[in-house]
Amino acid sequence: MTPLEPRGPVIAEGSPLGSLVTLPGAGGEVSETVTVHRSQWELFRRRFMRHRMALISIGVLVLLFVLCFGADIFAPYEATRTGVPQDLLLGPVGPSGAHWFGTDELGRDVLSRILYAGQISLKIGLAVALLSTLVGTVVGAVAGYMGRAVDQGLMRLTDLFLIVPQIAILAIALRVFGYKDITVILVLAGVFWMYEARVVRGQILSLKEKEFIEAARASGASSTRIVVKHLLPNVIGPIMVNATLSVALAIITESTLSFLGFGVQPPKTSWGNMLSNAAGYVGTPRAYLLYFPGLAILLTVLAVNYLGDGLRDAFDPQSSH
Amino acid sequence: MLTYVARRVLYSIPVLLVASFLLFVFVRATFDPTVKLRASRDPQAVQRERERLGLDKPVPEQFVKWLGDFVQGDFGHSERTRESVSTMIVRALGYTVQLIFWGVVVSAIIAIAIGVYSASRQYSKLDYTFTGLAFLGLAMPPFWFGLLAMQLLSSGPKQWFGLSEPIFPTIGLHSPGESGINLDYLRHLVLPVMTLTVQIIASWSRYQRASMLDVMSSDYIRTARAKGVPQRRVVFKHGLRNALIPLVTVMSLDIGAVFGGLIITEKIFSVPGMGRLFFDSLLYGDIITLEAWFVVSALFIILFNLIADVLYGVLDPRVRLA
Repeated sequence: MTPLEPRGPVIAEGSPLGSLVTLPGAGGEVSETVTVHRSQWELFRRRFMRHRMALISIGVLVLLFVLCFGADIFAPYEATRTGVPQDLLLGPVGPSGAHWFGTDELGRDVLSRILYAGQISLKIGLAVALLSTLVGTVVGAVAGYMGRAVDQGLMRLTDLFLIVPQIAILAIALRVFGYKDITVILVLAGVFWMYEARVVRGQILSLKEKEFIEAARASGASSTRIVVKHLLPNVIGPIMVNATLSVALAIITESTLSFLGFGVQPPKTSWGNMLSNAAGYVGTPRAYLLYFPGLAILLTVLAVNYLGDGLRDAFDPQSSH
Repeated sequence: MLTYVARRVLYSIPVLLVASFLLFVFVRATFDPTVKLRASRDPQAVQRERERLGLDKPVPEQFVKWLGDFVQGDFGHSERTRESVSTMIVRALGYTVQLIFWGVVVSAIIAIAIGVYSASRQYSKLDYTFTGLAFLGLAMPPFWFGLLAMQLLSSGPKQWFGLSEPIFPTIGLHSPGESGINLDYLRHLVLPVMTLTVQIIASWSRYQRASMLDVMSSDYIRTARAKGVPQRRVVFKHGLRNALIPLVTVMSLDIGAVFGGLIITEKIFSVPGMGRLFFDSLLYGDIITLEAWFVVSALFIILFNLIADVLYGVLDPRVRLA
């Protein structure tokens, strides 16, 4: 702890004076107050560090990433190594010392396959979030700031999407474009950007009437400058929170599509794909195949959601949800 | 009230028209029903088939003809089953409507109960438990939950206790030879309804909790308490009624997601409803059925939104005047 750590009365963070922390002078002298200037980022970081679950989640996610993308080093077996013939004759091999999560119907080690499959699932989650956030932010900012045609177009398009079962549209699109991981990414991002755009639009719509925008306009800033320099930095919070949550949504949606038969296809493996394979073993001695890939998804999504929660609290301390 | 409902109905007509046109174009652009004939030796075959299906005409013209038939109840004939599409859809809807009905009723009751409890006993042990469960429910792919339920509540116990049949059957909504609402039906419903509702309950209960907390800290609740209104009456009459308003909005927005969940649930539990019809038609490339399927689904979702809007008007009289 630094000596400047606030002890006494602190101005509520997030108030207009939020970046100023006033301390009573040492020895209780009223006249002496120390004012420490803290940058927005520093305040953000401090609030975030207070969110215990979010910190644990970061740890979990880092670990998952290292394990999955370092699978060549960490995986106990090669992902495609099938059992030697006598293994296959043994029937189902449940979790054991040699195979922590058991082996599948081809004698492949489930733990190793989960790590390799994680590469694809995590990649899809991240890529979809990145792509949909980029597109959504640009469209949302233009719609919110310029209004008129772009805005009308965006709102009507999203209205239409709300009345059609989304999973049906995604399934058809994937059937047409093929089941490669890149098409899964593009198709999911092709739908997800709309949510992002709506969030950004809403925020910009309410911000653009504020005085500081008027001031910027009065001092001759161009529209591009106002959007990029004044508006977007103020909506970075909701954008980041949404981007985080769409990683989780993308992983869940991909697994659901895989289960329905419209996701990544073998020999490539994602967690959803492993589960869709395991679905055939419900009620058989191989039912354990169902547990671990699902737990991998659960753990990832849970961590991502808690991270989103922490970000939301850190960006907007007044929000209570 | 009547004008309010009428206005909502009128507003949904253009939305539905545009949506059906786009869906029509989407389906026609995506599937070519003549692909199977390409391989045949007769070069005229493709041309003849296109003429028979009316695919040689411009798309808007195709749409107008299709729409004309559709509003008269003629959805065309399926290429796959040679059956009338309207018969197939009515049959499938029979199953789907049951699942949606039970799904929405069960989710709403449980979510509201959890929300009200958590809000009135904020930070209690049970409140934390519900919060944790909601986080888990939201992080689980619903189909995985369905498969787990199938394994742990149906197939598993059957093996462990050596039962002759599972407690909760996992195929269809009735055992062969049974019909109507009876014990057999209820046992069949348990797992599909659980699968359909887990995510919805998780999300709705969070909304209900937040909006209940919001309402309970407002001035009129304090006034009611100050007047000496009993706690029970304050919570249910003054608090709950107002706290339901935001939930109704969320419910109406989520109906599309419920429909998506239905597709998964029907697949897991082999219910021959709309979800099954969609997959069969998609895999066969049966465009006539797919087009009707999409428009009927959209119609259904709009209908639900409409019901939610009316409920909204009932709960909040100000909405009717706006």
